[in-house]
Amino acid sequence: MEQQLKKTSLYERHVSHGGKMVPFGGWEMPVQYSGIKDEHLAVRKHGGLFDICHMGEFKISGPAAKTFLNHLLTNNVEKLQPGDGQYSLMCLATGGVVDDLYLYCLETDVYLMIVNASRLDADWQWMQKALEAGSIQPENIRCEDLSNQLGAVAVQGPKVRSWIDSCFTAIDPGNNDSRVSQLKKNQIGAFQFENQKVWIGATGYTGEDGFEVIASNDTIPVIWDMLLAKGHVGCLQPAGLGARDTLRTEMCYPLYGHELTTETTPMEAGLGFFVDLDKGDFMGRAALLAQKEKGIQRRCVAFQMTGRSAPPRPDYPVLSGDGERIGIVTSGTSSPSLNNGIGMAYINTASAKPGQNIAIEIRGRSFPAEIVKKPIYRRA
Amino acid sequence: MSSQIPDTLKYAKTHEWVKVDGDTATVGITDHAQAELTELVFVELPAVGRALQAGEACAVVESVKTASDIYSPVSGEVIEVNESLADEPGAVNNDPYNEGWFFKVRMSDSSTPDGLLCAEDYKALIGE
Repeated sequence: MEQQLKKTSLYERHVSHGGKMVPFGGWEMPVQYSGIKDEHLAVRKHGGLFDICHMGEFKISGPAAKTFLNHLLTNNVEKLQPGDGQYSLMCLATGGVVDDLYLYCLETDVYLMIVNASRLDADWQWMQKALEAGSIQPENIRCEDLSNQLGAVAVQGPKVRSWIDSCFTAIDPGNNDSRVSQLKKNQIGAFQFENQKVWIGATGYTGEDGFEVIASNDTIPVIWDMLLAKGHVGCLQPAGLGARDTLRTEMCYPLYGHELTTETTPMEAGLGFFVDLDKGDFMGRAALLAQKEKGIQRRCVAFQMTGRSAPPRPDYPVLSGDGERIGIVTSGTSSPSLNNGIGMAYINTASAKPGQNIAIEIRGRSFPAEIVKKPIYRRA
Repeated sequence: MSSQIPDTLKYAKTHEWVKVDGDTATVGITDHAQAELTELVFVELPAVGRALQAGEACAVVESVKTASDIYSPVSGEVIEVNESLADEPGAVNNDPYNEGWFFKVRMSDSSTPDGLLCAEDYKALIGE
């Protein structure tokens, strides 16, 4: 049955900016405005503004919140002080990934989780299951799905930090550290915008410096207009999901449904850094520990085409130099920064070494490629 | 923004254009198609000498985002392809009816191909 696509509070803006709307994770989202390459290069050089209202927000609070989240997620929540954020994963007992997410500690015992739109229902159900199975007293924890109330935009690019302070007011104006530009990578802070409290995190999905602004859905269109107006000095322009995808692929950031599924683990995806096996028990720990000890059969690698070819695409076979099938492409595109085909693939661990020559099978023909170190793109 | 639809050409429902000159048909994709496909980064053309059936997928165009099939509007043998698209796939976006042509076919039946649309009907098809 076809599901009705949801529209974000920025829908009218996208249409008036000439955005080309496509379905994504149950939402009608802009894939591009001026063009994917143009927007991609603008983010690398100046700045781009993305609608990320489709993403889900869960608030988890109460005296047992930290204990619960540490049991639910792979990264160590103990590392988070109020104002800190971390990348983390939610895993099944098998180690398969339910979702990848950002967890922020807003204040003591109050956490905000930013999850993928396409996984929101699965995440919520898994979280409820974990709550029911655990020994936490219901009065000690509160889980709220704020996805329908909150929206977010990402403002990304090397120029953004130079003008962002003109956009938001500090809640504590006497404190120098309460400017947006003082936020370090992964930190989050509360700011004021037209007497509304907004949360701003120094993170993103592009590999460029930048921020994500979380606010009520009613405020988001006003923030969007304000950012485009103030960001004019830094050549800010709207950017769509197409550029978001090419930017993250160049950085080798995983995308749920591609590098991450319930059939792949963080170890196989190369995300072991975000799995703390020493923090105590958590969902998926036994399986992930076993993988760490015994090794993995396949690994997610980055590759670059070495000659002229059509862009690699998800599900294309990966071949060894001898033509033997050794894996499968999970993400692939034409890199706007490198003007070359790039991608990520799961391949047999034995062949998964940077510098290794491989081939990608594109419509029945094989084209040479090379496994490269992550990230594929580095600032010159 | 309405796209260009020259009166002198015939159109397939799958958004290719055909210019017939005797038994030779030159094929490309329409202005509407290139706009929908967005900026092209790669064009894969059929081999010269390949026999094509009308409606057969015979070329592939790739934007940054995705790959799309292009269908031959006519039956016959491929006699020439636009080699310059290998270096300049953007010609399809910039000049879809001239520099951006795809391939030429010697038609097996040189009577006007069936099932192709005139400019006016194609315009109605794409809702302009």
